[in-house]
Amino acid sequence: MSQLAVRVIPLASGEVGVPVVPAEADGLLSLVWLVVALPALGAAVLLLGGRRTDPWGHLFGCAMPIGSFVVGLAAFAQLLGRDAEERQVRQALWTWLEVGDWQAEFALLLDPLSMLFVLLICGVGSLIHVYSVGYMAHDANRRRFFGQLNLFVTAMLVLVLADDYLGVFLGWEGVGLASYLLIGFWAHKDSAATAAKKAFIVNRVGDLGMSVAVMLMVATFGTSSFAGVSAAMPDASEGTATALGLLLLLAACGKSAQVPLQSWLLDAMEGPTPVSALIHAATMVTAGVYLVVRSSFVYAFTPTAETAVVVVGLVTLLVGAIIGCAKDDIKKALAGSTMSQIGYMMLAAGIGPAGYAFAIFHLLTHGFFKAGMFLGAGSVMHATDDDVDMRHYGALRTAMPVTFATFAVGYLAIIGFPPFSGFFSKDRIIEAAFGEGWIYGTGALIGAGITAFYMTRVMLLTFLGSKRWRDGVHPHESPRVMTTPLIVLAVLSLVGGVLILGGWITGWLEPVTGPEEPHDLFVSPLVLTGIITLVVLGGVAIGWFTYGAGRTIADHPPANVRFATRAARADLFGDALNEAVFMRPGQQLTKALLFVDDKIVDGFVNGLAALVGGSSGAARRAQTGFVRTYALTMLGGALITVVATLAVTLT
Amino acid sequence: MNTDHYLTLSALLFTIGAVGVLVRRNAIVVFMCVELMLNASNLALVSFSRAHGQLDGQVAAFFVMVVAAAEVVVGLAIIVAIFRSRRSASVDDASLLKY
Repeated sequence: MSQLAVRVIPLASGEVGVPVVPAEADGLLSLVWLVVALPALGAAVLLLGGRRTDPWGHLFGCAMPIGSFVVGLAAFAQLLGRDAEERQVRQALWTWLEVGDWQAEFALLLDPLSMLFVLLICGVGSLIHVYSVGYMAHDANRRRFFGQLNLFVTAMLVLVLADDYLGVFLGWEGVGLASYLLIGFWAHKDSAATAAKKAFIVNRVGDLGMSVAVMLMVATFGTSSFAGVSAAMPDASEGTATALGLLLLLAACGKSAQVPLQSWLLDAMEGPTPVSALIHAATMVTAGVYLVVRSSFVYAFTPTAETAVVVVGLVTLLVGAIIGCAKDDIKKALAGSTMSQIGYMMLAAGIGPAGYAFAIFHLLTHGFFKAGMFLGAGSVMHATDDDVDMRHYGALRTAMPVTFATFAVGYLAIIGFPPFSGFFSKDRIIEAAFGEGWIYGTGALIGAGITAFYMTRVMLLTFLGSKRWRDGVHPHESPRVMTTPLIVLAVLSLVGGVLILGGWITGWLEPVTGPEEPHDLFVSPLVLTGIITLVVLGGVAIGWFTYGAGRTIADHPPANVRFATRAARADLFGDALNEAVFMRPGQQLTKALLFVDDKIVDGFVNGLAALVGGSSGAARRAQTGFVRTYALTMLGGALITVVATLAVTLT
Repeated sequence: MNTDHYLTLSALLFTIGAVGVLVRRNAIVVFMCVELMLNASNLALVSFSRAHGQLDGQVAAFFVMVVAAAEVVVGLAIIVAIFRSRRSASVDDASLLKY
């Protein structure tokens, strides 16, 4: 740590910017390029190979991320064996862009942060691949599906492994493309095609923030590499730091579905369920949290942007939780919970060094239990002929014991029930939030209560209570290939909390995020943990008395409800707001511009053409075909010439 | 010698020719009127040549005659060709080439 300590720059606020100073990759770590190359190869073979790869495509598609995971594990073991300050290694691959003196290298940066992401993406990603073998077994385009899944994983790995914001941007756009393709995988459905477009367009708004941030870095610092930017940040003005922080936050909002760019996530449920699991657990939405944590050296210099991150996180965690309460579609309820949980991560990431490690910790545990629950929801849909309405479920516990058990583990983990993984991660975030300010802490605490309520609702409506199955639906347990990933994820959700034992994860991430800061609490952490658990149990109790306890569940959602429920059903009017503020004025603007183009620009051009055409039509009449008329004209012309000549010579 | 009379005669002949071209319909007559105009100008050229005591005007008159001869050859050929195909020598009938 001594080398780092010299380069750490203390600030007035007590925060520090940790510069990125990687060493060259050597030994086994020089194989890190394989992590990206394997899924890229899979995507290339499956997408370019065409139908001849159909018979073995899904197996090949599974093998690639598993191979990446093995390489990642080996690299992890190598890093574990090193001292903390030697855990940042860089592998330069090639010179990517060269403009005059300026050039951008394409290089991979493996450090404790990207290492954890590699393991999460490849690990959970592989499990989702395996699950998809069963889930997509009857789909004619399964091979294409696996190719696009591999593309998704590749893009996400580029995003987390690039050592330059430009490289991150490449992965960023790749993730956007892959999510577009996968959400719209069943593009023959109008709703899926629209959802894919919506996800793509909303993400473009965030991408704008990312691209402008990269431009700003290159313009200000002459480089966009992590090493270069982190070295230059202490000398940058606070205005630059704030601008960068806010632009990166905008980018993170787009990818991580944070308010105000949250609207695409709920519609993205139109994709096949494994895609939802991949988007929510391993790839895509975690990218925003990664970006904020990775940019810790930017946020260290801008309290304004940090506060903005915290506020966005807090608002999103409450909005997501409220939306989750009102959805009858099991996938949309889970999507609301993802927004909410990512909100927790953003909240923690915005707090600064006191929260970065907990943001990543919650990201990992969330990756486990959310992937497990989404795959569980897919298993339920598989059993009920793709019905997603929870009012048509009930009592699936007996029909699908494995799905029920694994989903229950995920449920206990997400509500933060001890000793499941979510308990540890959420507890630490709420604690850090209270350390930042009571308003953040209270918001996060209320969010935990609401989470407990709506997840209890999902649990009760789906697995417990009375059978409300439609005619002809005979739920059955899913095949082994689908339940095995569920079991693995359930085990991870159960034991994921061990990462925090002895402060391992904070110590592991210290070279990236800086040392953890102690924060003042108004009560001892143990009492706070007790309060959080009580709030969670309160949420569970409300859920039980509303939907369990022998109550009958209406077949259709009640129509005559309070305003709050209507608002939550309508995603808190997020879509209505977008339509009113952006879509309608946009359409009006388009119409106005079209009018200007049609009537004024085209009018001028067409008018000129009509004038020339009309006058030449009139002039054409002079050509009568009568020779004598021509002769008269000539005579007249000659006379005029003579008279003119005379007039000139005589005066 | 007074050139005024020659010039007056030339102007008269030219005017008669010009009016003939404008008012007559028969292609042959129009053609003769054109010749009349050419020769009226020849007369003027020769008169000026004589008045100025220089040969330029006479040379020009010779050129006009050569041109007139060539014109007669081409023009009469066209008139005969039109007459053969359309059975008419009226210049107003040959008005197909128009807007």
